[in-house]
Amino acid sequence: MTVFIVNGQKIEVEPDPRESLLDVLHGRLALFGTKKGCDHGQCGACTVHLDGRRVVSCLTLAVQADGREVRTIEDVAREDGTLDPMQQAFIDNDAMQCGYCTPGQIMSGLACIAEGHTGDDDEIREYMSGNLCRCGAYVGIVAAIRQAAEQEA
Amino acid sequence: MIGQALNRVDGPLKVAGRATYAYEHWEAGQPLYGFIVGATIGKGRITRIDTDRAERAPGVHMVMTHHDVPAQGTPDPSIPFEYWRAYPALSGPDVHHYGEPVALVVATTFEQARAAANLVGVEYAGGPGSYDFAACQDQAYAPDALIYGMIPTGTAAGDLDTGFDSAPVRIDVRYTTPYELSQPMEPHACLVVPDGEDLIVHVSTQIVDAARASIAGTLQIDPQRIHIIAPYVGGGFGSKLRIHAETILAAFAARALGRPVKVALTRQQIFHLTGVRPTSSQRVRLGAQRDGRLVAIAHEVTMHTNRHSEYIEPTAAATRGLYAAPHRLTSHRLTPLDLPRGEDVRAPGEAPGLLVVESAMDELADALGMDPVELRIRNEPTVDPERGVPYSDRHLVECLREGARRFGWERRPATPASVREGQWLVGYGMAAGIRGHIQAPTAARVRLAADGSAVVQSDMTDIGTGTYTILTQVAADGLGLPPDRVRVELGRSEYPVSPGSGGSWGAANSSTAVHRACEALREKLVDTARNDARSALHGLDPAGAKFSDGSVSIDGVSEALSEIVARNYPDGMAAEGETLAMTDDPNYRDYALHTYGAHFAEVGVDADTAEIRLRRMLGVFSVGRVLNAKTARSQLIGGMIWGVGAALEEEAVVDPRSGAFVTRDLAHYLVPVHADIPDVDAVVLDGYDDKANVLGAKGLGELGICGAGAAVANAVFNATGVRVRDFPITLEKVLPGLPPMET
Repeated sequence: MTVFIVNGQKIEVEPDPRESLLDVLHGRLALFGTKKGCDHGQCGACTVHLDGRRVVSCLTLAVQADGREVRTIEDVAREDGTLDPMQQAFIDNDAMQCGYCTPGQIMSGLACIAEGHTGDDDEIREYMSGNLCRCGAYVGIVAAIRQAAEQEA
Repeated sequence: MIGQALNRVDGPLKVAGRATYAYEHWEAGQPLYGFIVGATIGKGRITRIDTDRAERAPGVHMVMTHHDVPAQGTPDPSIPFEYWRAYPALSGPDVHHYGEPVALVVATTFEQARAAANLVGVEYAGGPGSYDFAACQDQAYAPDALIYGMIPTGTAAGDLDTGFDSAPVRIDVRYTTPYELSQPMEPHACLVVPDGEDLIVHVSTQIVDAARASIAGTLQIDPQRIHIIAPYVGGGFGSKLRIHAETILAAFAARALGRPVKVALTRQQIFHLTGVRPTSSQRVRLGAQRDGRLVAIAHEVTMHTNRHSEYIEPTAAATRGLYAAPHRLTSHRLTPLDLPRGEDVRAPGEAPGLLVVESAMDELADALGMDPVELRIRNEPTVDPERGVPYSDRHLVECLREGARRFGWERRPATPASVREGQWLVGYGMAAGIRGHIQAPTAARVRLAADGSAVVQSDMTDIGTGTYTILTQVAADGLGLPPDRVRVELGRSEYPVSPGSGGSWGAANSSTAVHRACEALREKLVDTARNDARSALHGLDPAGAKFSDGSVSIDGVSEALSEIVARNYPDGMAAEGETLAMTDDPNYRDYALHTYGAHFAEVGVDADTAEIRLRRMLGVFSVGRVLNAKTARSQLIGGMIWGVGAALEEEAVVDPRSGAFVTRDLAHYLVPVHADIPDVDAVVLDGYDDKANVLGAKGLGELGICGAGAAVANAVFNATGVRVRDFPITLEKVLPGLPPMET
């Protein structure tokens, strides 16, 4: 039995040992906000926070989450639906197009701020390079992260 | 409302992870999972396929092969666009390319399906295939077909050979472009749910109507029995214009098992199963007077095609409308190979064609000792050089001048390899871009409810293009409503039919149809009110009717739309609008309709390693009327980033022994990442093309790519003096030409 916390809720599952945390989020918890883009840790669309640090959930085996805390995009907005400043910044700066990479970009963006990697735009770009965006919303994403970082400061 | 920078209305859903993509629908409960087994040879036949071990593996419900796939329809060539045709899969023992499906395994979990897929034993005979484009040029042929059933593969004017040979300044160059793929972030995926005799298909698709037609045609059932649901699509870029094997096989499996089945391609499978931009070899000849005036333009393209299934990319077609010159030649030839077939990838034709032509123009500017911007302006045509008709609304020169001004083009290094900043050789480059604007029949419905709110319905998709938002604006504008009183519903086959997202035609097509629906609704509302004795507008002259803030007013007397509707149509009222086919609109015959762009790029090239970094980039565009300033800029920048990728990074490499793509994931097929993209900006000139449609708007989803890569390539030349003619321009191609390292 693997027991962990997802978005503040205790979850108990018997995962297939081959099952990734991403596939548990999808297949067992119907939490589809985290996206599967490549299943090989190359695109960042599946980024979640594990014990407060960003990881690619496709390369995290479900059993590795045992006893730990997972936070997904579904937890970012407030209970009453109010958007986090990062989410609002993404909307204001049109930091998305198709939206598929967006949850991963936001989870990585929040982590960048927590890590102290939002010193300037070049640093943001460097530390966000694990999150691909084929629509090319990079300019808006960097502006959004900068805006959210400034609001946080 | 129209033109404003309204925030994306689907933004709140997307930032919260609540926009639902094809694979994510859960309404039907726990589905079964399908996994495709692909051929591990490039050409030959399956002689034996052993499914026993797979069938007995844990959780497996079925293994389908060509032995037991149901009867399928075949593509009907009389259907004009291939996206609407059948797409049979597992149709026989022949293998046409590496990775082609040979089986589908369906199991209770994804891991079980994937594991069982590895237990399917396949033996092959035959081959070897032809996989090496460069080595097979002697087999190239001129195809009989028209491109997209409409565009001739060859054009000519004057006498190209004589005209070129007698020109004082001549450029005769060959370029190559690699295989490229769309690589949307959302893998191709579907969930098929059997519903009695019907199938509900959640699928990541660009064209709902084509998806339905293709599935119905392949399964040989009535299209009315197929229900497509595609409210959110995680990028398409051409690769989701048509249905592919995973959807067909999922549909067969769902029907056979009477259970919902979902199939998503792995990122690796996408490389072989969803089409590819053909690799090309392009010869460009430019002959000019010493003042830069072109006398001869030739653009001859040879590209790969799958031996059994032809696809012709219109690579030289953009050249036909770009510059004036009396002697002209364009042609397209195909080299048959046993590789995955070509399919549309964003800006088909223009992307690889302008990348090359605009690089060749830069070579001409260099040979002439002339400013590349002035060279373009000197060759500005007054009418379409090959059709002879006037341009509807051409502003390429304004784009060039405005771009040069904003970019500081006058600071461009006057000679190549002359400017160094620390470790970096710095260069500027520019290029022109052009793309034809097209239009296709589209219908939309707008309903007004008794509470005065409006709902827009269309099977049109939003693939990141911003359809939800611009149609909100068009309807808000059309009915005088605030945007939050308009809801847009998209992507279902029950809604009025459109030709979907593709060819940059979606926005103009669907906006025009919605505008027309609003026009009809306005007329109906005023007519109802003035004939209604209970209405404040009873008997008033409709000519002066104005719609704003949810009310209609005539001569200062106003009434809320909700009141008119509630009194007369308590269940709501609706109207439909449509956009005509291009062939029914004389403007498209009498004028050349295009959109235009001018790109300016600054690069740094490391003086020791030849690493190339983009430093800044600007595009200035003319697209007629902009529907939403924010989403338009995003689309254009997105396209420019594709151009950067094409110039410097993207390449799918073929293993010449097996016909497989060696670069088979996002770590090997390189697309631009955050750190590759510094300040990139797009500026759109105000405009209105009254020949395009009633809104004056033209498409721009692909315009951003057109010429963008050439600006970067030309900047690399300006920085280093090294001209690379085989894209992508990677550092090992530049390094040998750099000045020796300083010691």
